[in-house]
Amino acid sequence: MKVMQAAAEESFEFLGKSEAVENQEIITLEDVNIHYGSFHAVKNASLPIYEKQVTAFIGPSGCGKSTVLRSINRMNDMIRGATIDGKVLFHGHDLYAKDVDPVLIRRSIGMVFQKPNPFPKSIYENITWGAKINGFKGDYNELVETSLQKAALWDEVKDKLKENALRLSGGQQQRLCIARTLAVQPEVILMDEPASALDPIATGRIEELILELKKYYTIVIVTHNMGQASRVSDNTAFFMVDEGRTGYLEEYAPTEQLFLNPTHKKTEEYISGKFG
Amino acid sequence: MTQRSITHPFGKKRRLHERVIETILFLFALFSIMITVGIAVILIRESFLFFSTPEVTLVGFFTGKTWQPMIDMFGFLPLLNATITTSVIAMLFAIPLGLFVAIYLAEYATDKVRGRLKPILEVLAGIPTIVYGYFALTFMTPLLRSIFGQETVEIYNTASAGLVIGILVLPMIATMAEDAISAVPKELRLAGLALGGTPIETTFRVVIPAALSGLSATFLLALSRAIGETMIVALAAGAGPNMTFNPFEAAETITGYIVRISGGDVSYNSVDYNSIFALGLVLFIITFTLNLISRKVSSLFYQEYE
Ligand SMILES: Nc1ncnc2c1ncn2[C@@H]1O[C@H](COP(=O)(O)OP(=O)(O)OP(=O)(O)O)[C@@H](O)[C@H]1O
Ligand SMILES: [Mg+2]
Repeated sequence: MKVMQAAAEESFEFLGKSEAVENQEIITLEDVNIHYGSFHAVKNASLPIYEKQVTAFIGPSGCGKSTVLRSINRMNDMIRGATIDGKVLFHGHDLYAKDVDPVLIRRSIGMVFQKPNPFPKSIYENITWGAKINGFKGDYNELVETSLQKAALWDEVKDKLKENALRLSGGQQQRLCIARTLAVQPEVILMDEPASALDPIATGRIEELILELKKYYTIVIVTHNMGQASRVSDNTAFFMVDEGRTGYLEEYAPTEQLFLNPTHKKTEEYISGKFG
Repeated sequence: MTQRSITHPFGKKRRLHERVIETILFLFALFSIMITVGIAVILIRESFLFFSTPEVTLVGFFTGKTWQPMIDMFGFLPLLNATITTSVIAMLFAIPLGLFVAIYLAEYATDKVRGRLKPILEVLAGIPTIVYGYFALTFMTPLLRSIFGQETVEIYNTASAGLVIGILVLPMIATMAEDAISAVPKELRLAGLALGGTPIETTFRVVIPAALSGLSATFLLALSRAIGETMIVALAAGAGPNMTFNPFEAAETITGYIVRISGGDVSYNSVDYNSIFALGLVLFIITFTLNLISRKVSSLFYQEYE
């Protein structure tokens, strides 16, 4: 793992400029422990996330997948009583260091939620919202078009950009949410069960999109769908819960290996549908 | 066979029971609607008497700038003007402040703080308005006079009354606006934050716009309440019609005039007496319309986020 020494204020300067090296770690979790009040939700999670690859988080309900995912862009900060210790390194910088601004992190590490949550504004404004907040100076029309194109939504909505986003179908809304995230030009996109509220066809489109986006972005996806994890991801992290309902990382491996040759018994049981 | 009536006597009895209760409830509902209709009918009938007086014309009533029943001048604009002045002042004061309280309560206050503040607001809302009236007269007016000068601010003035009406409707705006803001789905806030918005940016550029129709409904209802407010203006705004745009001058509002005339010793058949029904009817129509629009807007809003 490459540790950068730059001061935290300029820590995001180089983002996007680093060349795509095979298996370069972009995010590293080191002994992450997360509590909600006194409840120990996740213990000692350590795992690497590789640049321009898709990492899947799988595991039974309540094992802390979302919790860990939210720790990566510090969305847990928004939950009262949530505390974290351990390290989350992004390009070698601890995201929980004192002088790090969580708002800036979220501009580099975007997030797509389980339920499509477009703003009750026009399609156009949904895309430009984040860019405006970020002080984007370029051509907004162009930004809207490229973002929608990358999210494979342009052709469907190009004639109704001024229409309210809530009028789109669920699948279109979710792709709009992805497009909106892309418009902020992040490096990493976190997706928490992005297709679980969608029908199989819309799900298929999201999966295709993820494979396409992987060329430019690092993606972490939480999913309950084993097939989906195996189709879209390069690496898979399998989380489990112990007797105290605390989540932990049971096994982490390249996806193919984890699904075909799991080394842990629990992993095998889980992926073969014995529980969860 | 008659087996059914033997095995189901209990079922039948209970249904009768429910029918009776339903009917009673319906009658109560009908009763309250009939009261409203009754009020409207009385207002219309008495207004008709007023407008059929030879001295009064419809055009004169709605366009006249002088209201002096003694000399048969029945232009209601000065009264309307004073009502608008006090209401606008009240809204200018209460909407921004109420909105900020609401935003604070809904978005930033901890449960503990919210749990303390909301009951205080509710208690404020329960204070009789006559108390607010005296508050205007004995606190707000002296305050205004000490700030702007004794010569500038008259003892009775619409500014003082307006500000205190603002204080009166503040809790209502704050609590209703908080409901509207809280009704905005949590997911939208998360989306704003996840796109790199600060909490403030998320509040003002996502949550408030999303709550706008609910907030408008709140403001309309508050405006209606301010327009209809009586005791505060009766005590503090002044007891004589005055066509002025200076909020530091005394001016009588529609409600203020109605109170003065109905409390005074004018005879039941005088034009003065009938005039208050015409004014009451105008007031009724204005507030009723505002309430209707508010309800419509608000129901559309809460539907949107169901
Ligand atoms: N905001 C919260 N406050 C308190 N406890 C929470 C909160 N969010 C999650 N938890 C608890 O933390 C544990 C992990 O939750 P998390 O949502 O991360 O699980 P998950 O693996 O994403 O589950 P699912 O597959 O159902 O989405 C659970 O026991 C849950 O009850
Ligand atoms: Mg989850």
